[in-house]
Amino acid sequence: MGPRLSWHAFVLLFANPERFMAWSRWAAPLFGALAVAAGVLGLYLGWSAPPDYQQGATVRILFIHIASAWMSEFVYACLAVASLLALVWRQMLADAAAQAAAPLGAGFTVLALVTGSLWGRPMWGTYWVWDARLTSVLALLLIYLAYIALRASMDDETKGGRAAAILALVGAVNLPIIHYSVTWWNTLHQGASVFRSGGSALAPVFYWPAILVALSYMSAFGSLWLVRIRGEIWRRRADAAALRAARG
Amino acid sequence: MIHLETGKYGFFIWTAYGISAAMWVLLIVSTLLHARRWRRRAEALTRK
Repeated sequence: MGPRLSWHAFVLLFANPERFMAWSRWAAPLFGALAVAAGVLGLYLGWSAPPDYQQGATVRILFIHIASAWMSEFVYACLAVASLLALVWRQMLADAAAQAAAPLGAGFTVLALVTGSLWGRPMWGTYWVWDARLTSVLALLLIYLAYIALRASMDDETKGGRAAAILALVGAVNLPIIHYSVTWWNTLHQGASVFRSGGSALAPVFYWPAILVALSYMSAFGSLWLVRIRGEIWRRRADAAALRAARG
Repeated sequence: MIHLETGKYGFFIWTAYGISAAMWVLLIVSTLLHARRWRRRAEALTRK
């Protein structure tokens, strides 16, 4: 029987800041290149497809709306997992990862709301309705903003990180609500149309561009997240060095 | 062939793409500036 890597050892392997700085240095530009390639191909295919027979040219908005909406939830899941690791193992890298994910997630959520609204006006006849899906995504944005504000409002970074991590874990209850909102309640927002039992509701000419743009958004998030975590590690090193210098 | 004609929906489509592009620029620039700023500061302090 070969050597077994326990979960704890696995976490520690990726929680070492020196190891992280070494591999993220080449992984960040790699994700960035993948994002550009997938984005260019996805948008080219998407804009080459004919207008939808019902939605007309507004189907072009869906490529970027679906990607933003998925990312708003995915980034929050990353933030919640990192917060859990930071709370349980007191890992600096996990805390930095959670802190770095929040502004990116807030950005994706703003994009999901704005692009959805701009699609809804010509298709539904309104920019906004207080239905369960739209309202729960707005709540997600408010949770992101509360997380950022809570961290920024506390002078003690350790306490601020812990309080924000608890908020992130409590806020994670909103993820299944967003996901199942179109099933649990009668909403104007349509149900799942890409990943659903019985196959995608999107025609292949729209399905693949949507998948490629989503892959592009995810890769871009991976790249930006790594760079932000690196920046956060440098900031903490700078703070520690400044403190040492002040103490003489 | 790319179909750039958007007909009566042009305002909604180009606004959505414009705001998305602006958000991407904001996220990329703020991320790079944050990382560069603190890398330089950390390097300067640890060199002392």
